[in-house]
Amino acid sequence: MILVLLTALPLLGALALLVPAGRFLPGDAAVVRFGAAVSGATLLVAVCTAAVFDYGAGSRTQLGVNRSWASSIGLRFHLGVDGISLPLVVLTALLTFLCFVHLARHAPAGGRTRLLTGLLLVLEVGMLGTFTALDLVLFFVFFEVVLVPMYAVIAIWGGPGRADAARKFILYTLFGSGLLLVGMLLVGVKAGTLDMTVLAARHGAGLSRGVQIGAFLLMGLGFAVKTPMWPLHTWLPDAHTEAPTVGSVLLAGALLKMGTYGIIRVALPSVPHGAAYWAPWLGLFAVIGIVYGALACLAQTDLKRLIAFSSVGHMGFVLLGIATLTPVGVNAALFGNIAHGLITGLLFFVAGSVKERYGTGDLRELGGGLLSSAPRLAGTLTFAAVASLGLPGLAGFWGEMLALLGAYRPHAALPRGTFVAFMAVAGLGAVLTAAYFLRLLSTLTHGTPREPVPVGAARISAVEYAAWAPLVAGTLLVGLWPKTLLDVTTGPVRALLGGG
Amino acid sequence: MIQGIDYAAVAPPLILAAAALAVLVADAFGVARRVLGLVTGSAFGAALVAVIALAAGERRATFCVPGGLRGSGPASCSYVADDFTLLFQGVVLTAAVVVVLLSLREITDSRIPAGEYHFLLLSAVTGAVTLVAARDLVLLVVALETLSLPVFALVALRRYDGVASEAAVKLFLVSVVSSAVMLFGISLVYGATGAMHLDRIAPALAKLPSDLDPVAGVGIMLVLAGFGFKVAAVPFHFWAPDVYQGAPLPVAAFLSVISKAAGFAGLVIVLALGFPAYGHVWGPLVGIMAALTMTLGNLLALRQGTAIRLLAWSSVAQSGYMLAPLASGAHRLPEAVAATTAYVALYAVMNLGAFAVVVGFRRRAGAVGGADALDDFRGLGRRSPAVAAALAFFLICLAGLPPGVMGLFAKVVVFRSTVAGGATWLAVIMALNTVIGLFYYLRWAVLLFAEPTGRPYATAVPGLPVRFAVGAAAAGAVVLSVAPQLVLQAVTSVT
Repeated sequence: MILVLLTALPLLGALALLVPAGRFLPGDAAVVRFGAAVSGATLLVAVCTAAVFDYGAGSRTQLGVNRSWASSIGLRFHLGVDGISLPLVVLTALLTFLCFVHLARHAPAGGRTRLLTGLLLVLEVGMLGTFTALDLVLFFVFFEVVLVPMYAVIAIWGGPGRADAARKFILYTLFGSGLLLVGMLLVGVKAGTLDMTVLAARHGAGLSRGVQIGAFLLMGLGFAVKTPMWPLHTWLPDAHTEAPTVGSVLLAGALLKMGTYGIIRVALPSVPHGAAYWAPWLGLFAVIGIVYGALACLAQTDLKRLIAFSSVGHMGFVLLGIATLTPVGVNAALFGNIAHGLITGLLFFVAGSVKERYGTGDLRELGGGLLSSAPRLAGTLTFAAVASLGLPGLAGFWGEMLALLGAYRPHAALPRGTFVAFMAVAGLGAVLTAAYFLRLLSTLTHGTPREPVPVGAARISAVEYAAWAPLVAGTLLVGLWPKTLLDVTTGPVRALLGGG
Repeated sequence: MIQGIDYAAVAPPLILAAAALAVLVADAFGVARRVLGLVTGSAFGAALVAVIALAAGERRATFCVPGGLRGSGPASCSYVADDFTLLFQGVVLTAAVVVVLLSLREITDSRIPAGEYHFLLLSAVTGAVTLVAARDLVLLVVALETLSLPVFALVALRRYDGVASEAAVKLFLVSVVSSAVMLFGISLVYGATGAMHLDRIAPALAKLPSDLDPVAGVGIMLVLAGFGFKVAAVPFHFWAPDVYQGAPLPVAAFLSVISKAAGFAGLVIVLALGFPAYGHVWGPLVGIMAALTMTLGNLLALRQGTAIRLLAWSSVAQSGYMLAPLASGAHRLPEAVAATTAYVALYAVMNLGAFAVVVGFRRRAGAVGGADALDDFRGLGRRSPAVAAALAFFLICLAGLPPGVMGLFAKVVVFRSTVAGGATWLAVIMALNTVIGLFYYLRWAVLLFAEPTGRPYATAVPGLPVRFAVGAAAAGAVVLSVAPQLVLQAVTSVT
């Protein structure tokens, strides 16, 4: 029941905000406090979930709820967590809470805080639901829940090009989820069940090779749009750049994970033959994404846009890990998911703070010397950037390293030579990643500060510290002790891939 | 031989027919407009009560072939009030009540003769209610004509308006042609099978001599084409936008919901009960029709600048989704029928809601039936937030996205049945179409909350009936979004 509480809390919070402002929580500050309280309570529930979770049996779905919902189409309200979903649940709850903390002092231009709070809470419902759903149609419903709120967040509180960015976001993702629905129903109908645990346990037994290949293609395309995989990524830079800080953080930190999580949770175990058939292609697009993302980053002049393109590269590593179809690779993917969520969340928070102080995110206008004009801000930015480029000892390193390791030794059914080539190209991409982040740091943090420095640029508010500290701590924690995370995911990944 | 009639079974159409005559007579004696509307609404209500009472009881059938003539064949009843019938009658009658609510003001504003309007509306609904109960081809055609004929007149009731007259003529010609095509098809089927009752046609088709095979095949295709006109499926769709635009808005709502629901019920009855043996003939045809209908409807809806034409093309596109499950032919037919029925029922709620808002809140700048450009809805959210929210919700439902869970489930059901029937290609086309659909629904929904521009214009505050209709549709949409199983369950138990 704890999982029902987890999704019900933000939903009830959002519904409560439908009460007219005059009767309930007048004033924006009260509304944000309410949002922080609700998401804080949700985070608490998520932490409790992690506390009562039996790590000895991480490959089993736990704390499940399984009720019939619409029996006529075989739909069940089936929730549960295992070692794969648990870290993502905690990450989502954490990021949402930090967003509300950030909102307390840094409301985006556009007002209507009440609406924003409600939308963010609905967004949280959709994300948490996606990560805990164990029924294909229920998964799809939650997967879709995030679309309209995120659209509205970008369209109402976004930057100058918000309308187009928001439209692109929702049309692209709906295109993906339409195909996803067809693929999932194909599996569901042919296998006779919508239960993801049953489908995963069968490992594709009873599904013909043709069905598996078709279903993986459809589902894969659906998830690939969300992830996003090159060449389906074009919605992402616009959406990230135009979205307000909280939107970017949630988009990069949690929303993108729904795509890779979906591949691992739904597509890999239920149609393994299809996965094996498409894996080399997935790997190819993944490494193209890595190199493309890095090259695109080198050409960016906008801070947020640069971070957005770096996401394409990082998700490329995650996809490469998945494409190896080995426990090492999939573990790397899950690790990369969490690391990217923490680091990119932090990067977007910092980028938002830079933009707020200097009034622009354009690197040329920002000038250099941030380290001397705003040392704390620049310090955090440096930390996040080096974490993102994969400095050993920080979170970004392990996901990429393990993904490359996985590609060196891919699943026996896959062409090893191809994957070794992928590994080499991805390695080159990692170098390029380091190059653009270092270039970013050299232009932004070093050199002479632009004149005049905006008032208060050096001061970091308590709220900002509060929003950044958990992410910094998390990055250090999983970077220095990767076992904390790997231990949770290893068992279920082996079970998922049929390795027992 | 005297045949017993089960009056309880035929109570819903009987009530409506009696009310229609009463309204006509009352109008001749100069009874007030209000009273006529009230009588019409109560007649629909009474028929609805009868339907609910029937639903609680046993399956009833009447106008059966007498035992002496039956031989060893099945019971062959012409009028059957089973769960399927009652569900569709319920949908049609509920929608009719809403249409009456929407009409009250329109009648005054557009100077429509109230007595005739209500008489024609009652007659058309009588036809619709009978159509969904018909189980033989003769009754089916008679009911279909009873539904169609009054509608020509309804469309043309704004006598002073050239557009309305043109629309009526267009509808008339299309409808007559489609009836002729269908009758020809029916005669071929009759010639091949020697039967008019669907429960006799089905076995006869199953063991048809091979030399009659082409005859029956062509006959079935023609019947399909005839229904294609009624439900505005491509390539028989071209009348819809002009007619919707020319007709008084409540009549357009009638066409897009009641007429369409009845048409789909008839199509499903004929295909599932009469022609399952020829699923390999009509299945692929329906599939192609569905794909063309949704694609063309959506693409053209993209280009529309007025609310009513957008709704018209989107309603064409929605017909495509409703047809899709039937593309699997006789394979998994009950599931396909359930999916189509569920979609029709859910669609009725969302579409009526959208129409209700358009009827009540469009621009009334002097000229009647004039401008109702999409741009006129800009900023509706500022003037009436609740109504704008309701319209946005209906549009999101039609697009099939949460929070419009109702529309999402309607799509899931249709997708599922299409995939289960083996028509995955059609499901993929449908997936792409949902994206196009979202584009124009969303554009409209966003417009509602945009900053108003240009000079403000006077909108007549809609009366209580329209507000009530909007509220009822919104309540229905919310309830079905929270508990979509209400409809899904009912539909499965029906088929």
